[in-house]
This record gives sequence, C-alpha cells and structure tokens, in this order.
Amino acid sequence: MPAFILSRILQAIPVLLVVGFISFAMFAFVGDPVTAMLGQDYTEAQRIALVHKLGLDQPFFVQYAKFMWAAAQGEFGLSYRLARPVSGLILERLPATVELAMTSATLALLIGVPMGVYTGIRRNSFASRAFMVFSLLGVSLPTFLIGILLILVFAVLLGWLPSFGRGEVVHFSHWSTGFFTVSGLKALILPAVTLGLFQMTLIMRLVRSEMLEVLRSDYIKFARARGLSQRAINFGHALKNTLVPVITIVGLQLGGLIGFSIVTETVFQWPGMGLLLVQSIQVADIPVMSAYLLLISVVFMGINLVVDLLYYAVDPRLRMTRRVSANAP
Amino acid sequence: MSAAHKTAPGAVARLLDSDFVYAYRRSPIAIAASLVAAICLLAALLAPWIAPHNPFDLASLNLLDSFKPPAFLAEGERAFPLGTDDQGRDLLSAIMYGARISLLVGILAVALALVVGISIGLTAGYLGGTVDAILMRVADVQLTFPSILIALLVDGIARALLPREMHEALEIYVLVFAIGIALWPQFARTVRGSTLVERGREYVMAARVIGLSSPRIMVSHILPNVLGPVLVIATINLGQAILTEATLSFLGVGLPPTQPSLGTLIRIGNDFLFSGEWWITVFPGIGLAMMVLAINLLGDWLRDALNPRLR
Repeated sequence: MPAFILSRILQAIPVLLVVGFISFAMFAFVGDPVTAMLGQDYTEAQRIALVHKLGLDQPFFVQYAKFMWAAAQGEFGLSYRLARPVSGLILERLPATVELAMTSATLALLIGVPMGVYTGIRRNSFASRAFMVFSLLGVSLPTFLIGILLILVFAVLLGWLPSFGRGEVVHFSHWSTGFFTVSGLKALILPAVTLGLFQMTLIMRLVRSEMLEVLRSDYIKFARARGLSQRAINFGHALKNTLVPVITIVGLQLGGLIGFSIVTETVFQWPGMGLLLVQSIQVADIPVMSAYLLLISVVFMGINLVVDLLYYAVDPRLRMTRRVSANAP
Repeated sequence: MSAAHKTAPGAVARLLDSDFVYAYRRSPIAIAASLVAAICLLAALLAPWIAPHNPFDLASLNLLDSFKPPAFLAEGERAFPLGTDDQGRDLLSAIMYGARISLLVGILAVALALVVGISIGLTAGYLGGTVDAILMRVADVQLTFPSILIALLVDGIARALLPREMHEALEIYVLVFAIGIALWPQFARTVRGSTLVERGREYVMAARVIGLSSPRIMVSHILPNVLGPVLVIATINLGQAILTEATLSFLGVGLPPTQPSLGTLIRIGNDFLFSGEWWITVFPGIGLAMMVLAINLLGDWLRDALNPRLR
C-alpha cells in the first residue's frame, strides 16, 4: 500500500512540472512587464538595469526553476488588476468555492444514486421514464441557464431566496463559512442546486446503465437460481459491483464541479475562486490565471490519488493481482 | 452512366431496408429529435432570408421599439413575435442569427477536434511504443481537467496575446480553437483503442506485406474501419461544443454583442431579469436548450442503435 501511494505521487510530479511550465510560459511570453513598468521615457541603460533586476536576462530554465520554487512557496506575484498578492486573493476566495462544491457533490450523490438504482431496476415504469427525460434536460440545459431560471422563479417571482452573494459569514481564523447563519444557508441553496443538477443527472444515468449491465451478468442469474431474494440481489450483489465505475466518474466529476463552479459563481456573484478567474480572464490578468491553473492541478492530482485509493479499497481484484504478480517470480 | 443508374436505386433501397432505418422509424424520440434539429438547422442557415428583421442593420433599429414584450402578451406587437431587446432588436431574428453563429462555432470546433484527435489517435495506436505512451499520457492529463476550464484558459491566453482590435474580429476562430483543443482527447482515445484492434487484423498485415507506407495504411486502410464510433462521439460532442461556446459567451469571454451568439444574447438579457423583461433571456435560452437537447437525443439514439450489445 505505501509503495502504491508513493508511485502515484512520483507519477504526479512530471505532470505538475509540465503544468508549471505552461503557467510559467504564460508569464514569459504573454505581455511585457518591462515596458509596462518603465513608462514613457527611459534610457537603454535603465531598461537593461530593470531587466537585470527582474532576472529576465537569466537563462530560460533558471527563470523556470525560480518560478517553480516561488510557486511551491505560494508566491505568484501581484495581480495586474487588483495590485495585491495573488496567493492572498486566492486563499480569501477558497472557502466559498469549497463549501459550494462540497454541498453540490453531496446533493448529487444523495439524490443521484438512489434515482439511478430505481431506474435501473424498474426499467420501464412511468417514474423511470420521467426521470430519464428529466436527466436529459439536466444534461442539455447549460448550467448558467439553470441558474438564471432558478433566479427568475425563486428570487424574482417568488422572492423566497437571495439571488447573489453568500449572505452573512462567520470567520474562523482564515476560514469563512456560511453554514452557521440563516442568510448564509439560504444563499447557498440556489447555487448548490444549480451546480449539483448536472452531476446528479450524470450519476443517475451512470448508475442506471451500470445496473442494467450488471443485472444481465451470469452471477446475477446464478444468484437468482440460488433463490436469493430480489432485494439481496439488487443491493447486495448488483449495486456493490456498479460502485467501481461510479467512484471513478464521481471523482473525475469533482473536477468538473470545480470547472462549472466558475459558471455558477458568475451567475450568482458567489465570491469564490471561479468568479475571480473569470474577472481575471476578462482583463488578461496573467498572474491570477497561472496561479489558478497550478492550484487546480494540485487539487486534481489529489482527487485522482484519493480515487485510486478508493478503487484499491473497493475492488479486491486489484489487491489480488498485485499479490499474485509479487509471488510469481 | 447506365451502371450508375442501376446501383443508385439499389443503394437507396438497401438503406431504406436496413436495420438502421427500421430502428429509426420505430423510435418516436429519434424522429422528433431529428425534426427539431432540422428546424433549428434550417432556421439558422436561412436566417438572412427568412428572419423578419435584420438585427445587424443598425439603420433599421429604432430605440422606441426597445423592451417590447412578446406578441402574445397585451402590450406586444405583431411585428415582433418574441418581443425586442434593449436596443429594439427583434428577438426572433436575433435568435435565428445567434443560432447560426452558435452552430458554426460548434461544428467547426468539433471538426477541429476530430482532425486533431483522429491524427493523434491513429498515430499513437499504429506506431505504439514510446510515441503511444507520450501521446496518451498527454491526453490523460488533459482529460482530468474539465473542458470548460481548458477552453477558458486558452481563450484567456489568446486574449492576452492578441491586440484588442484584432481580438474582436478573430474571436470566432479563437473560440473554435479553444473549444476544439478542449475536446480532442476523447476522439484520440477512441480512435487509438480501435486502431490497436485493427492493427493486428490480416488486411493490415497484407497491406504491409505489399509494402505500403505507414501513413498510407493508417489513412486509407485503418481509418475507414475506425470511423463509426468516432462519428457517434462527434454528434454527442457537438451538443457539448455548442454549450461550451454559449457558456464562454455568457461569461463575457466569448463573442461580443456586435456578433451575438445565443450565449451572448442570454448574457445581455440577464441584465434585465430583475426589471421584469424576462423574455430577453428566456427565449434565447429555450432556443439553445431545444437545439442541444435535440442533438443530444440524436446522439444517444445513434449510440444505442449502432451498439449491437443493447439490441
């Protein structure tokens, strides 16, 4: 097990180096900080002095190594737009995004899996067909449109829920949370539903197709032949075996959740990292973009590692082949 | 000439008699979806000729016409069936022109992803070894990032690289490039998988024995045999590409209001949601959802119809 974790971490390093290279290249080739900092009148000597001071006359790979070293310490320079350190900006926005993504993922799992199981078992019932149509709507309606429609109904027409912001938040040292105030919870409902809906329909469709596939397999026929109850077959045998692909997809979809949180946060003006990114892209604020890219890749690597570990825990075959191949030579 | 005459009806008859057409005629969803898709396509293609107004003709716009509700409401006017926006543009016409741009960007982006994905997938699958390992590793890494994020970042970099005036004119191509780059790994992986299977087949060995070059074998022998599943993915990805474009435009990093796609129209309308002019957002939204839903349904049906395991 430790060897497995170690090898996964070692595999992540080259990927991070490449992503770091891309974010460094964004700095190096996009825009010209020297002309921007010098202003209108300058002599050649001043220009050379500044280039030297910024370290831009050093070899490319030295600059890259310096960039990665600074990035490892959370140092990304100043945002062009807000003239504040990028790391501080991102840390400030992190709690809002994490709370939103976690709430949506929980919603999606708690509703999506049971719906998938139901539509898988009762394939032709009316409710299943209704769920399937609903799920296609969920896949076809873009996230931002769902958000706008929810705002139109629940904020503009009914006036029940707020349409933007996070409400009141409580601060615990660096972390701000909206979970403990009524206005914070109310503000969370619409964005979380908007963000979770797509994942929910995806999970439901996946569980359904996996259930259909598994229910056709030989060992289910065998379980029926043994006279097991329908309940034991559905939940003890079938559902358990659908979980392996479900875990992968849900893990990968956590990444999707972070991606689409950009959209949801813009619709609801939710003060998270996604909104920060969109505002930065609109004015080509490179330091924020490259810091976001690096941070997100670290998060994704972490998610992938957790997914792999869960795989290992759920699927006994993975452990067996490892032991067999270890004994073989 | 006479030979062509003989084979043409035969081919049509064979097509009409095939399982595929049989399955199509038996599926009301497929028929409905293809009808809706065809209507969207025609409305988009023929917009300059059949749209009631020209939303780009500034001379015909009248600010007195702005914020007119749809014709079926009390204050609506017959001339503007779905109402007008803040500048007095007829919404129905704007939607038709917008759908035109959305479809164009979507189709071009999928075409780009197809070309890149197929080339890389074929190369990786046929050559194998280190080339395969590197190419597929790149695809894997890219697949861990959501495509919307990739498209956003590519678009952001292009925004920083291009001067402002050029940017607005080139935005369509920037979007096609950004979305195409975001979508290629799926095609590459599918093509590589089927290429690995085909590579071991006898006809490929025969071609090799004759002494054909690798590119020739890849393009004219393997490619036709791996194209089927890729086209299904392309249909499903077309919906995805249109949605990505709409999302980028909605976020304000896509097409500008002078060249509005459906996403831009929704973004414009979003500003008037709270003042009660809901139609400026809702109708382009319905248009977008209908178009994508029809394409997704067709893609789903196509996948099931061509998959013998599900029969």
